[in-house]
Amino acid sequence: MTAIIEVNHLHKSYAGLRVVDDISIHIKRGECYGLLGPNGAGKSTTLRLLLGLTDPDGGTVRLLNHDVPHFAREARLRIGVVPQIDNLDPDFTVEENLLVYGRYFGMSEKEIKSRIPMLLEFSNLTSKRSAMVPTLSGGMKRRLSLARALVNDPDIIFLDEPTTGLDPQARHLIWQRLRELTSQGKTLLLTTHFMEEAERLCHRLAILDHGRMIAEDTPRDMIKHNIEPQVVEVFGDQVAEWATAHAAKFSQRHEISGETAFCYVQDAQPLVAHLQAHAALRYMHRPANLEDVFIKLTGREMRD
Amino acid sequence: MKSQFFAMPELSMRFLPVWKRHLLVWWKVAIPSILGHLADPLIYMLGLGFGLGTLIPEMGGTSYLLFLAGGTLCYSTMNSASFEALYSGFSRMHHQRTWDAILNTPITLDDIVLSEILWAATKSVMSGLAVLLVIWILGMSHTLLSLWTIPLALLIGLCFSAIGLIMTALAPSYDFFMYYFTLVITPMMMLSGVFFPVDQLPGVLQSVSALLPLTHAIDLARPLLIGNIPHNIMLHLIVLAVYSLAGFYLSLILFRHRLSK
Repeated sequence: MTAIIEVNHLHKSYAGLRVVDDISIHIKRGECYGLLGPNGAGKSTTLRLLLGLTDPDGGTVRLLNHDVPHFAREARLRIGVVPQIDNLDPDFTVEENLLVYGRYFGMSEKEIKSRIPMLLEFSNLTSKRSAMVPTLSGGMKRRLSLARALVNDPDIIFLDEPTTGLDPQARHLIWQRLRELTSQGKTLLLTTHFMEEAERLCHRLAILDHGRMIAEDTPRDMIKHNIEPQVVEVFGDQVAEWATAHAAKFSQRHEISGETAFCYVQDAQPLVAHLQAHAALRYMHRPANLEDVFIKLTGREMRD
Repeated sequence: MKSQFFAMPELSMRFLPVWKRHLLVWWKVAIPSILGHLADPLIYMLGLGFGLGTLIPEMGGTSYLLFLAGGTLCYSTMNSASFEALYSGFSRMHHQRTWDAILNTPITLDDIVLSEILWAATKSVMSGLAVLLVIWILGMSHTLLSLWTIPLALLIGLCFSAIGLIMTALAPSYDFFMYYFTLVITPMMMLSGVFFPVDQLPGVLQSVSALLPLTHAIDLARPLLIGNIPHNIMLHLIVLAVYSLAGFYLSLILFRHRLSK
């Protein structure tokens, strides 16, 4: 099957800084694809380039067989966008937001109104249809942003950090809705820095750092190919001394971050047995996850 | 700046759903808005007109109240468009991110800027109608020629919203607009013959005045309210049209630059 989103060797620089550096992405219909990366990795700029809102310095973008940016308008007709920062119309009710937004796609009033009950139900906002936007909770606003992105019944949905700032209940509801969308055959492209979100939702994902794609795989294979399968986190007052003396003996790789030593191992049993003899140290043994891969590939230092 | 920022505006009817959005927002505050449009000129004309009018029985060959009416009509329509294009426009572009939301749909920046200009001009027409209503209610003007001030209000609105949007495109924050109002709008009011005839000004300032769009607007509005056909109609219309088109194009270039980041 051919790709519905086709990005080849995309480049973009701002003031000499390569924000997007040779990125290629191919996404099939019905796929949920995640773009992961620290702040400033180029995730949002990539989305802007895909929408044709900014022109690339090099490379090509094809969405639904439309060349972007030249035919970006035609492509956007079939795309829905959930932005990172809410930009709902604060002067309008929930329902008016959907109505006004539908008109931007050239839809008739009748056509939009026939979709509104379904959109409200999908976003659990039926009882809030006449509520003004400023009275909504953060989770409701996000859901309204999602409903608004679906008003034109898009084939592709871009979601820029869709659950940032939400409580766990609100986040789970969004996840559930996104899974429903992929099962309906919608193609999702989402950026996030919640590893759990990426692991649960995405069929495939890419890790971006400094504008470059440094890994691309299914969540399971991403972990399998990039990191030892087991992690033992060791914490306690003497963890630094312990790590210097023993960590290398039991683990393939280890890192110390604050009061915790992260030991990455093929087989955790010898290390666990050793730690059981050290009462002063506490530990936690778990399988490696996407966050471990992410930290390994992008480093532990802060990005602002 | 890149060459594509200078491309000619691409005009289409896609501005209409954006214009309708602005109308729906306005509709929710229609009553205070209409009261404002009516009260402002009423206070000016009654206050200045009756106050100064008793001291100055006649100006420019007519009663001072009617002289002031032409100036007030242009000045009110100018202000309506300017406030809308600057404060409300900046809010939609920057603060509320309304433009960002719209740009994710098939609507383009060219469509948005056109909708801003046409909406601000719509506010000018509302304001012009309100002033005309006050003029009629006070029984100051009895001529059907005064109806021509409605299309004129539209043109004044287009002109000042287009110029105002240049400021919006450059503004880092709302405070920036103070420069425009104190350094451009207020001096223009003094130089364009709102309160007294331009020929009272020193020669140099009269030459400056001849370049200002408000002067040309007033030169059209004042005779129309008195019941005379204005002189040099084409010249005045061309000046206002040139300011409108140049403002639209320049603001669009600046917005393209600003929003490409």
